Amino acid sequence: MNFWQLASDVVFRLFRRFEAMGAGLHRRRGRYLVVAFPMLWLSLFFLAPLLIVLKISFAEPEIAQPPYTPLVQLAAEGEYKSTLTVSTESYALIKDDDLYRAAFFNSIKTAIISTILALIIGFPMAYAIARARPDQRLILLMLVVLPFWTSSLLRTYAWLGMLKDSGIINNILLSVGVIGAPLHVLNTDWAVYLGIVYGYLPFMVLPLVATLVKMDLTLLEAAADLGCRPLKAFFKVTLPLAMPGIVAGSMLVFIPTLGEFVIPDILGGPDTLMIGRVIWNEFFTNTQWPLASAIAITMLVLIVLPLLVFEYVQNNYFSGKRRA
Amino acid sequence: MKRNWFLLSSLAFGYAFLYLPIAWLIIYSFNANKMMSVWGGFSTRWYGELLSNEALMSAAKNSLIVATLSASLAVIVGTLAALALTRLGRFRGRTLLTALTSMPLVMPEVMLGLSALLLFVTLQSAFGWPERGLGTITIAHVTLCSCYVTVVVQSRLSQMDDSLEEAAMDLGAKPWRVFMQITLPLITPSLIAGWLLAFTLSLDDLVVASFTSGPGATTLPMAIYSKVRLGLSPEINALATMIVVLVTLALAVTYFALGRTKQSSDRA
Repeated sequence: MNFWQLASDVVFRLFRRFEAMGAGLHRRRGRYLVVAFPMLWLSLFFLAPLLIVLKISFAEPEIAQPPYTPLVQLAAEGEYKSTLTVSTESYALIKDDDLYRAAFFNSIKTAIISTILALIIGFPMAYAIARARPDQRLILLMLVVLPFWTSSLLRTYAWLGMLKDSGIINNILLSVGVIGAPLHVLNTDWAVYLGIVYGYLPFMVLPLVATLVKMDLTLLEAAADLGCRPLKAFFKVTLPLAMPGIVAGSMLVFIPTLGEFVIPDILGGPDTLMIGRVIWNEFFTNTQWPLASAIAITMLVLIVLPLLVFEYVQNNYFSGKRRA
Repeated sequence: MKRNWFLLSSLAFGYAFLYLPIAWLIIYSFNANKMMSVWGGFSTRWYGELLSNEALMSAAKNSLIVATLSASLAVIVGTLAALALTRLGRFRGRTLLTALTSMPLVMPEVMLGLSALLLFVTLQSAFGWPERGLGTITIAHVTLCSCYVTVVVQSRLSQMDDSLEEAAMDLGAKPWRVFMQITLPLITPSLIAGWLLAFTLSLDDLVVASFTSGPGATTLPMAIYSKVRLGLSPEINALATMIVVLVTLALAVTYFALGRTKQSSDRA
């Protein structure tokens, strides 16, 4: 018997085995198997880690391996009871230290500005794509998505090379005579906004196209027939109808930007403070694991959870409307 | 449709914005001059240096292994979750599963990486397992990627007419057989899409991999990142060009292959 026969035989038997199992089990139990595997995986590798981060955020840093104090000190020999030490030192530090406040503030600022810029660039693009012929639309959409499939790190690196004082953008602008001296864009906040808008533009364009394609164009004709000027029709008809796409696209840009590490680290200057970078530095450079954990938890509670609640409420609102 | 110059120019601007950096990466990979700001003539020297750079090549191999494994496992975990959420109606823990599959999508990567690492450290000090390295990176990537797979497969499953599955059930087919013979063939395109998405995400990830990796286990983004921190390098441009070419080819092949199956199924 050659290898392939053997392999196919094993696979076949395995399938028969599963089939028999499925037949033997009560129908409900088969269902539980489908639920149990993803549930267990995500609980173990996503939910449990979050709880561990929460735990360690209440520990104190220590020069040891791992570098934090245990919360529960089991009774050693000679002592007669275990001790529980909860330290809120890390949280107090975040509350009082200007550095961390600035990082939170700056992350939110960067996320807001980048989202607005992405919307300004993305909306006309999405509108044009949505109004193109279906065969052209597919190609235009593919072209929007294509850069996303290549490494975002390398695409950010490209901006590093292009924005340099001696980079291609400055060289072209200098030779055309638009500017007299090189623009210092690299290592500023604007380089960070640019990098983020560049990296997340597809996430803005795709939901916008999806809603704009579904729009009923006869509504615009009706508005025009009733004497509405195109610009007014845009604000009164198109924009409200595109709202779900605008919200979805903005969320898809805003949320990941808050914790973004790569783009501010490569394009921003050494002083560009963003939460993602602060967590990274506290963790890797300063080995302050409890502090890094506390910053992460603070970010989760202050920023991510409210957005999740917002999205949940909004989804229910929209799906409720659709059903009605 | 009458030409709208505003729309056309914003399209042109948008695509120029998206593709200019990629053009820069490709053009400057052929620059003979090591000083990247000056053009020193055409050369393929950096491709040779890239292929003989053992650190980058072994990192690329590591990344391919991790991405293949994570994408395959993520498709299994993600598809099961999608099936549970679309086909099982109400069950206990449904809200929890919904939350578990959607939260990693909005969680900052730094948070995911940090929490996964702290789990591994805790497990290690309790059981002496797992050793940090490619294995732990894979586990963390499966966790993240499976949620994306769930989104992709779930949207396909909820659009799909389930009358075929019901008919098979009515005719006495067991659930497993219904899945293998009816559901699976119908969702295969979305499984491929989910796999590709997971593969790309894993291949591209720097943050989670940096947190969960151990000594000696370097993935490609980690190697690129440490090189990029030292400044520009034409070798990186050569690498980027090769990735762009490979991705374009892979997408074109997938597109035509899927397009053909769609056509043939339309004809049938």
